[in-house]
Amino acid sequence: MRGTLTQQIFSAKVGRWVKPGEIVLVDVDFVMGQDGTAPLAIKAFEEMGGEKVFAEKKVAFVIDHSAPSPNQGVSELHKRMRDFAWRQRIVLYDIGEGVCHQIIPEKGHVKPGSIVIGADSHTCTYGALGAFATGVGSTDLAAAMISGKMWFKVPETILFKLNGKLPTGVFSKDLILFLIGQVTADGATYKAVEFEGSTISSLSVDARFTICNMAIEMGGKAGLIAPDEKTRAWLEERKVKADFEFLEPDKDSYEKVYEFDVSALEPQIAVPHRVDNVFPLSKYEGTRINQAFLGTCTNGRLEDLEIAARILKGKRIHPEVRLIVAPASRKVLLEAMEKGIISVLIEAGAVLVTPGCGCCVGTHNGVPASGEVVISSSNRNFKGRMGNPDSSIFLASPATVAASAIEGRIADPRNYLN
Amino acid sequence: MVLKGKVHKFGDDINTDYIISGRYKFKTLDLKELAKHVMEDIYPNFYQRIRPGDFIVAGKNFGCGSSREQAPLAIKYAGIAAVLAKSFARIFYRNSINVGLPLVEVDADRFKDGDEIEVDLEKGVVRNLTRNFELEFPPYPQIMRKILQDGGLIEHFKKYGTFKLD
Repeated sequence: MRGTLTQQIFSAKVGRWVKPGEIVLVDVDFVMGQDGTAPLAIKAFEEMGGEKVFAEKKVAFVIDHSAPSPNQGVSELHKRMRDFAWRQRIVLYDIGEGVCHQIIPEKGHVKPGSIVIGADSHTCTYGALGAFATGVGSTDLAAAMISGKMWFKVPETILFKLNGKLPTGVFSKDLILFLIGQVTADGATYKAVEFEGSTISSLSVDARFTICNMAIEMGGKAGLIAPDEKTRAWLEERKVKADFEFLEPDKDSYEKVYEFDVSALEPQIAVPHRVDNVFPLSKYEGTRINQAFLGTCTNGRLEDLEIAARILKGKRIHPEVRLIVAPASRKVLLEAMEKGIISVLIEAGAVLVTPGCGCCVGTHNGVPASGEVVISSSNRNFKGRMGNPDSSIFLASPATVAASAIEGRIADPRNYLN
Repeated sequence: MVLKGKVHKFGDDINTDYIISGRYKFKTLDLKELAKHVMEDIYPNFYQRIRPGDFIVAGKNFGCGSSREQAPLAIKYAGIAAVLAKSFARIFYRNSINVGLPLVEVDADRFKDGDEIEVDLEKGVVRNLTRNFELEFPPYPQIMRKILQDGGLIEHFKKYGTFKLD
């Protein structure tokens, strides 16, 4: 029996073949909490009578959502995280290290075939390395920190078969926005989502993270891509041994299979205030913007900054627009500096903020004013997401964000790329 | 346990940012304070309209978006006894059970704002007293029933020190 990738991971963990719908208790390989969720988890840990975490090296806290702290309330919660982390000797990634979903894989905490939980909904990002990674809340995180275990309902799985080469100016962000538009915000609720096909094989590991990152935006429990040579090379660079052997999944095991040829896909845009409100970019070209944001766990990686710099090189952003850039991690920032990407962006008028979540979650680093319009490379455009319910957010690729920053209006990046 | 109260009606895809905005949740663990801002961005002053024991009745995919447990907590601390919806997002579902906020999947279209209803969690029945009908809902999986009966996951862990599946 081969089943789906998801089934193979759960079966290996449980030690027998498992079927969708079964409730299983499994050992988790890594657990993570960030500054929006870890403080509540510490409280729950203490109330549960927790004394010691189950394994120091398998628990990490990341301070990324409001980093550095913008006010005293946040500072007190950060302090609580640091005190707990130092006392428990768990892994702590403090301010400036970057977004949790960039750092956890980057620092080698994720292996193919492993089960990772994080108290953040975008934990599904790590599925790009062939792990089963899913978001939980603070109390589940506390329970896992104590027991090293988590219960799951083995999910049904939906398969996306994606074939064809993405045209110039069209990126994995456009692809995942397109898919979310097709299946809607609850198209995969309670289910795992897997991606395969020639399009996926052609994508870099960075670009695959973008795809799996947004599985949650269709309600997915996890988003997985089977590891290949690119994955193994990426992991080797981070000294991670990929020893889990996946079998070719059995197509009959999927609850549903979607097939798309993406070779004629246009750049896509998610329109306020829903992530599944997706249209070809051309429909909204020319819409005035006030702020452009490049960064986040979706699109703050090196190749994202690189494509933006390619578009912005030798140009200036529109005088009525702010361009805010938050590299996904310290490593990304350093690499982008070495490659000259950062100076290109800054010379073009960009503002650089601390590696981390930037203005994505509305706590600091660029809260829009009432009536303002933002174009963002992030993953959510809910009303009020960036801190002001009277502003609007469009979601698009880093290339579209860069092109729009130049024109002061939503613009097609293909005009800047040959 | 039979819960009784008034319906506050909401639409589809109510996300956790709407339930409690990031503007507030990063700043404090004071749940009574957070509760005052529940649904603020889409329903100003909602908190003031809740009588303890009332219900939220919503459309599909309630609680989608982020994993913030402050969402079910803010609802609970605002005095809402249970949330009824056509369907729920999965992290929200788990979180709610973990913090002891009961959720019920029902055909929400049959309820209107202001209806008086009764929810019998043990029997799995919702009664609409205003419109005079009953709906049954399926039981929780065993593990969730156990966590709810224990009064949430914290109490469950206090009792067993780990997850007790059966």
